[in-house]
Amino acid sequence: MSVAPGSHLDALPRVSIQPEDFDVSAECAALRRGRTDIGAVVSFIGTVRQSAGAHALSALELEHYPGMTEHSIEGMIDDAVARFGLRAARVVHRVGRLLPGEQIVLVLAASAHRKEAFAGCEFLMDYLKTQAPFWKKEHVGEQSHWVDARVDDDAALARWGLSSSNASAA
Amino acid sequence: MNIQVRYFASIREALGPAEIVPVLAGTTVGALRDALLAQSAAHAQALARGRAVRAALNQVLCDESALLTEGAEVAFFPPVTGG
Repeated sequence: MSVAPGSHLDALPRVSIQPEDFDVSAECAALRRGRTDIGAVVSFIGTVRQSAGAHALSALELEHYPGMTEHSIEGMIDDAVARFGLRAARVVHRVGRLLPGEQIVLVLAASAHRKEAFAGCEFLMDYLKTQAPFWKKEHVGEQSHWVDARVDDDAALARWGLSSSNASAA
Repeated sequence: MNIQVRYFASIREALGPAEIVPVLAGTTVGALRDALLAQSAAHAQALARGRAVRAALNQVLCDESALLTEGAEVAFFPPVTGG
């Protein structure tokens, strides 16, 4: 991003890992503030789904690897900027205990034209799902279990020419 | 030399968040996993060969051929499930 040093844009973090909820409108406005080179912003919001199984989810607990999480997502954003020419991007991911219906993750991708923003946003989510060190634990009543990784998510990343064996058996 | 080993998610629940492990220079992440496996029944189960265990060296995903150096931080954890 070609932003003059000392500009307020320089100070905007690209990655936040936090227990607190996020405001999509405020995040989007902050990303665009003072920018006239952006023609498209795509946002993705992941939320806690109450699964359709016999027992209703009471809460989702998210653990992460502090430090590695931020570094790895910064690297993914660098990759997305290089591949799609994004003008700006932002990832907010919550950790801790979340209830059904709550927001988990926000990805914003901004570019000159919509195609790059759509692709960049999807690429960032596919990347994050298989490479960022987060773990979900589902609480169902008094029981809890760690969520299994999905092979589908590795396949999603493969579409971008990146291999992942995150969900492999061993 | 001593290596800091960290654990996350189900492996952390079994083994605790971290431990300091003495290793010889030139040891690989895979050899470290083997040494840890022999340490206790809990380690043998949590880090068992055939279980899906991922590793990071100095906070970057790695494979088991990665070489440990002085001051390294290694982490073992299950497949990631964020997003």
